[in-house]
Amino acid sequence: MATQTSSLDLSRSAGVEAPGMPALHMWIFAGLLLFGLVAPYILYPVFVMKVLCFALFACAFNLLLGFGGLLSFGHAAYFGSASYVSAHAAKVWGLTPELAILTGTLAAAGLGLAIGSLAIRRQGIYFAMVTLAFAQMVFFFSIQAPFTGGEDGIQSVPRGHLFGLISMAPDRNLYFFVLAVVFIGLLVIYRIIHSPFGQVLKGIRDNEPRMVSLGYRTRRYKLAVFVLSAALAGVAGATKAIVFQLASLTDVYWTMSGEVVLMTLLGGMGTVFGPILGAAVIVTMQNYLATFGDWVTIGQGIIFVVAVMLFREGIVGVLARIIRRPL
Amino acid sequence: MRKTGFIVASLAGLLMAGTAFAQTAVKIGVLNDRSGIYADITGEGSAVAAQMAAEDFGTDKGITVEVVSADHQNKPDVGSNIARQWYDTEGVDVIADVPTSSVALAVNDITREKNKIFLNSGAATSDLTGSKCSPNTVHWTYDTWQLAHGTGGAMVAAGGKTWFFLTADYAFGHALERDTSAVVTAAGGEVIGSVKTPFPGTDFSSFLLQAQASGAQVIGLANAGGDTVNSMKQAAEFGITQAGQSIAGLLVFVNDIHALGLDVAQGLVLTETFYWDLNDKTREWSARFEEKTGKKPSMIQAGVYASVLHYLKAVEAVGSKDPEAVMAKMKEMPTDDPLFGQGVVRADGRKTHDAYLFRVKKPADSKGPWDLYETVATIPADKAFRPLADGGCPLVQ
Repeated sequence: MATQTSSLDLSRSAGVEAPGMPALHMWIFAGLLLFGLVAPYILYPVFVMKVLCFALFACAFNLLLGFGGLLSFGHAAYFGSASYVSAHAAKVWGLTPELAILTGTLAAAGLGLAIGSLAIRRQGIYFAMVTLAFAQMVFFFSIQAPFTGGEDGIQSVPRGHLFGLISMAPDRNLYFFVLAVVFIGLLVIYRIIHSPFGQVLKGIRDNEPRMVSLGYRTRRYKLAVFVLSAALAGVAGATKAIVFQLASLTDVYWTMSGEVVLMTLLGGMGTVFGPILGAAVIVTMQNYLATFGDWVTIGQGIIFVVAVMLFREGIVGVLARIIRRPL
Repeated sequence: MRKTGFIVASLAGLLMAGTAFAQTAVKIGVLNDRSGIYADITGEGSAVAAQMAAEDFGTDKGITVEVVSADHQNKPDVGSNIARQWYDTEGVDVIADVPTSSVALAVNDITREKNKIFLNSGAATSDLTGSKCSPNTVHWTYDTWQLAHGTGGAMVAAGGKTWFFLTADYAFGHALERDTSAVVTAAGGEVIGSVKTPFPGTDFSSFLLQAQASGAQVIGLANAGGDTVNSMKQAAEFGITQAGQSIAGLLVFVNDIHALGLDVAQGLVLTETFYWDLNDKTREWSARFEEKTGKKPSMIQAGVYASVLHYLKAVEAVGSKDPEAVMAKMKEMPTDDPLFGQGVVRADGRKTHDAYLFRVKKPADSKGPWDLYETVATIPADKAFRPLADGGCPLVQ
């Protein structure tokens, strides 16, 4: 893919530049955290929580696509199944929110391991199709399985008490918990990208035979990043189930897989911060253009076409090129 | 969200009428599908219906009404996000319509949590007045129990003794088949077979041939939306109704029939609780509705009008918009509107009124583009809906 060459230069130089976090990135993270802390006082907290969940989902997806070079077209499977498991755990088993999210995450990781170990045997379009096929299986499972509630989904999931102590019912309490979960998730992704493991991944992405000839067992690396990405997507899905108090077929449907691709490409594939921005743009559009009906989906389509035609590196990718720094 | 010119008009009216009354400002949010498969039967038409209710209620009673609307895209998370935002930050008092059962159940929970009022017209699930009933919800127009019993019971009474089901293979389809089978058997009919079709499906030919070969008098379509449309089109290609079998649609709306055309849909039997051509009042209202939207109203849009009107009457009677008092009033006061006639809102939130078994006309008998149905039977209000005691609603035990 043509887009990979440009993002590759950026991320490669990021790896060479410094072993720790470059000052610029530190400032951006600090800015994001600061914004996250004041956001619930300016914006509607539930809306910001939705943005946060999708930001983590897009970043998890970007870990696989932008840094592993693997285009999965079935990430809704991990996002959605984690949200079902987390909702079920909180509602039926009565687990506290943090344990419910953990259970959902483990389920997504397990599913990622099962699907990933089969899917990574193929490359390119075949890989994408295999992941899509498995995701559709998960979708049909979700329609049929008794515990998912079919097309009604799992409704009235209790928000519960954090560690059994702090009530999550007020939006602001829940907000800061979600902010912490998502922010830790983002830092984990950042750490993965800039670890030696991440460097090997980029090597595999750019030239797999070369890495094989250097003695790396590339399949293991690909499987590892697949499972990591699925698990982090699971964190996002499980958290979303607690926020909205429901898990539904929307989360496992293939359009959700498409939306996360859109968010990642729009924000900037292979950049650290791009998917966050992409998720924010798409979710904001869905939220504030809800009044205009059809225009939400038409607007998304137009934006996607414009992004592909005019700035393939995505918004943050273009910014990074302008300031000549990796973002 | 979209502000209508109505508030301006009502304010102007108030200035002229003087300020003799204490002011109550009511904000009604019409939340439905404005871009997907239910956009025709709900959508903008429901918002128009809510505005018409406000206009017909009158501006001289000390109540100003603002109508806002939004698209939930049939996604429960989008719907619940909008509902929360409306209640928390935009001062919405009432959410109306809300098709798609999953979204309706989510809004049902949120409305209860925030202590507001939910006037559902668009959703089918009978759980809203059953196991998940809420003191803050009124379910106005129809539900799955009513559809199954209306079509099933009345068809058997009309001579359709043997049934074969085409069932969409997911919970909704299974529930519809189960409920209708029970009714058919109880009424003295017999279910001689059924086949599950993949959901969502496009090719129903082999299933329809199976249904045809079964020799059943009635083929029941336990499906919805695109599945219903596709299976009906293909049934028309096989000439199933012309060959003497009846097709019963369990969830079909007048707009679907209008879109399919009489050539395809003729002979289909279905249940609705409202049709524009029932009497002079419905014809008069529907003509006004058509002027504004270019279409005849669906029963859901009619339900939005009637439920908003009843709500406004209750607000007037109580003299405030306090949700508890208004809900109590809505349940205490008998309903009376031009579209559904007289009825009641029961303790479990279920609104009851007559339902009708219709048969789709042959093209030759139709006098206009919207002249689609002939009435086969009228199901009285007390028979049309699930008895209060059977729903398992905690509010009535």
